[in-house]
Amino acid sequence: MIAIIDYGVGNLFSLAGSLKKLDLDAVVTSDPSEIKKCDRIILPGVGAFGDAAEKLFNSGLADVILDEVKEGKPLMGICLGMQLLFEKSFEYGEHKGLGLIPGSVVPLDDVLKGSLKVPHIGWNALDVKKPDNPLMKYTKQGDYMYYVHSFYADTEPDYVLATSEYGFEVTGAVSKGNVYGTQFHPEKSGNDGLKILKAFSEI
Amino acid sequence: MITKRIIPCLDIRHGRVVKGVNFEGVQDVDDPVALAKFYNESGADELVFYDITASVEGRGIFTDVLTAVASQVFIPLTVGGSINTLEDFDRVLKCGADKVSVNSGAIKNQRLINDAAKRYGDQCVVLSMDVKRVNGKFELFTAGGRKATGIDALNWAREGEALGAGEIVLNSIDTDGVKQGFDIEMLSAFAEVVSIPIIASGGAGCMEDFKTLFDTVKGVDAGLAASIFHFKTVNIGELKNYLAQAGINVRR
Repeated sequence: MIAIIDYGVGNLFSLAGSLKKLDLDAVVTSDPSEIKKCDRIILPGVGAFGDAAEKLFNSGLADVILDEVKEGKPLMGICLGMQLLFEKSFEYGEHKGLGLIPGSVVPLDDVLKGSLKVPHIGWNALDVKKPDNPLMKYTKQGDYMYYVHSFYADTEPDYVLATSEYGFEVTGAVSKGNVYGTQFHPEKSGNDGLKILKAFSEI
Repeated sequence: MITKRIIPCLDIRHGRVVKGVNFEGVQDVDDPVALAKFYNESGADELVFYDITASVEGRGIFTDVLTAVASQVFIPLTVGGSINTLEDFDRVLKCGADKVSVNSGAIKNQRLINDAAKRYGDQCVVLSMDVKRVNGKFELFTAGGRKATGIDALNWAREGEALGAGEIVLNSIDTDGVKQGFDIEMLSAFAEVVSIPIIASGGAGCMEDFKTLFDTVKGVDAGLAASIFHFKTVNIGELKNYLAQAGINVRR
């Protein structure tokens, strides 16, 4: 059973629908005891980092997630959920994240400086850096994923599984130990995206 | 690099997919759920679900059809038709929409775009515009192209971007349903005044029309069409192969 964390941020319908399509059991929940019973956790999220981090910390769900990760349970963050895995974000001020992966979340425009449109929105090809990582099990070089974001994770190459070219190498997928994340939306990336979710379900 | 997007549009009326020529003389095509599933599997980059009569009949979108469509679609889904309030946004997002398209609702209530962008993010708000040439100017129309507003459409596009719209669907009433190609002149004029992605709509009749669109108007990010895909005049997979051979970056 996969726990999809419901902390009042974003639309969980399509994620739940994608897991159903893969015949995977999932529950959308904010109940700590239910989360503890599941064997893996997905942290979704759309919107602003500060608001989402506040909801996650104030609800106590951040502590539940951190405890479960410490126990070895696989965690996957998607889009804003991936950004929340990092130490901090500079989206409208400075905000603390879960700190599970070293690095910070910074504006795409700091690098692009107006040369390309922000948000980075649409389908972009993956450059897989760590094909042996279990999350990349079914992913091929050049698979297209659907992105929608204005900020990106600035982190060490050690933690980067895949990138996409958008003026520079934008962080696409990350991992550190049992913690995984994708900036793109696997649940909105057609069959190639579903393969990422399938790989996560088998970790 | 980011790809150019190909987007089939499902115009829904009474729960069925229809396609009008110049918005009139509508004809029944297919079951929306079956079509959505077909497009999801045939390489479409997004889907637009538009309840064309919702705003005319003054009622909400068929949420049951929408929910059924959303459950078959694992690509981004944009929903429009009679979106007037934040509650309308909430309702269609809960049915599985990823983006919400506003048209006349945003003209009637100028706070709608901004309020929705603040609550759901810019990426969620798509400003849909029906535009027609009137006395040498681009004028904004509503009610499926039936009602003139007197508003300068270029100004409205600029304003929409400033209010927080994340994308613009620009539908040319002059070329819609005529199948003689996209309205290159109109699209070029809009690409000059906004920097958010523009989705071109109205006029696609063959594969070459998409090539001309992407080659000519660099500011256009996507091409939207309905009947040529529904009637299988153009197959999306073949269209993408054709565009890739012409040097246009597409997802295959």
